[in-house]
Amino acid sequence: MSVEAGIDRKVASATPPPLGLLAELTHRCPLQCPYCSNPLALERANRELSSEVWCDVLAQAADLGVLQLHLSGGEPTVRRDLEQIVAQAARVGLYSNLITAGVLLTRQRLEELAARGLDHLQISLQDTEIANADRIAHYAGGHAKKLEVARWATALKLPLTLNAPIHRQNIASLPAIIELAVELGARRLEVAHVQYYGWALQNRQALMPSRAQVLASAELVDAARARLKGVLVIDFVVPDYYARRPKPCMGGWGRGIITITPSGNVLPCHAAQTIDGLSFDNVRDLSLRRIWQASPAFQAFRGTDWMREPCRSCEFRERDWGGCRCQALAFTGAAANADPACDKSPYHAAFTETAVAEAGQPAAAFTYRRPQAATAPADEGA
Amino acid sequence: MSKVGTPERIVIVPGSVPALPRHVKLRHDAARNCWMLLAPERVFTPDPIALEVLQLCDGERNVDAIAEALAARYAAPKARILSDVTSMLQDLADKGVMSA
Repeated sequence: MSVEAGIDRKVASATPPPLGLLAELTHRCPLQCPYCSNPLALERANRELSSEVWCDVLAQAADLGVLQLHLSGGEPTVRRDLEQIVAQAARVGLYSNLITAGVLLTRQRLEELAARGLDHLQISLQDTEIANADRIAHYAGGHAKKLEVARWATALKLPLTLNAPIHRQNIASLPAIIELAVELGARRLEVAHVQYYGWALQNRQALMPSRAQVLASAELVDAARARLKGVLVIDFVVPDYYARRPKPCMGGWGRGIITITPSGNVLPCHAAQTIDGLSFDNVRDLSLRRIWQASPAFQAFRGTDWMREPCRSCEFRERDWGGCRCQALAFTGAAANADPACDKSPYHAAFTETAVAEAGQPAAAFTYRRPQAATAPADEGA
Repeated sequence: MSKVGTPERIVIVPGSVPALPRHVKLRHDAARNCWMLLAPERVFTPDPIALEVLQLCDGERNVDAIAEALAARYAAPKARILSDVTSMLQDLADKGVMSA
């Protein structure tokens, strides 16, 4: 008897239904983390989907086969209708996970979200050193507030994951982060080395750890997993600049995950808008099913037909799906090239050397995540 | 030494009473026509026998009673089933998706 993680192989042919929906409810956020996964061009509040559209989209998602809903942002608790959206998720049978900085939550609101059927809470953590944590998020008092919210969550018996994005400016705190997760009663910890897209790519030099630091962090996580077996589940995301094989980004393009932006654009990956020439359909215009099955953006890199060498003939092509398209574009100039994280890519040596060189220099100042001059302030009209 | 209030590892023994924790949901998925165990950032697809075990984890039966029920259902030696069920539930408990 076995219980295997992943997608049931029986349905892996044709276009299987998506497993997960990442709902970016808003790009507004009080924090300014320099590794934010949102695009550089943040969407404005007055473009955000209404409660009614989100509720309809969640019903469509459940009907399409989505099982897990990740309510994210920006900061999803900025939306005053979050309770309504959570209640709809419960109504249509989606497993709901709230991904939040926590700093705007009150205990009363957290209780209300739990009562409406929220299944799981994920709180981000910048560091365990208070001053450094607040500096990274550029938000005074943020760290203390997060700890308070985490304690409310465990007091309310709301299952809690802590998510710690790891980089050269907090990697020394990793042992303390693991201990804090246990102390707060989190049963799951994501030790997630920053992935270098969007804001993180802008700040890569300020964030990139050395190879030795990455290896040490992996050993530390291994030891903690053994010591904390059955107490804390630790998920470890490695940075791919020092890898040999690329990660199967999003589990493969258009294979399991849908991202919807605050204004309703439907993306195969949250960074997909960096790829020129892709056009994205919007939930205001088309059904989610139609978009999932036929949207040109989803079809562009689905499966293996789009692949060039070295991916096309590679034995791993249906395991890592050629890695990440956005990273291929950003580093090699073409999204259909192999991810440079792969050592079969002709760009791999330069890719790794970039990380080594940047990690060897003193860290640059952060470019904080803020609405840019090119776009209107994200909180305008809120 | 663990601190007061720190969660301890769940150790599955014949007297343990297993149940799915609140944040883990077992449900039939119509789109894929199979059963799914939903957990944070994870989806498990139990095979038919694992599914039977999960469906017997009702927070009332203990592991011994679950093994007894399966042994009767399959006319199989209970000791072997008890051992298989215990290791499966221990594995799930260590993954944070089973309480007892």
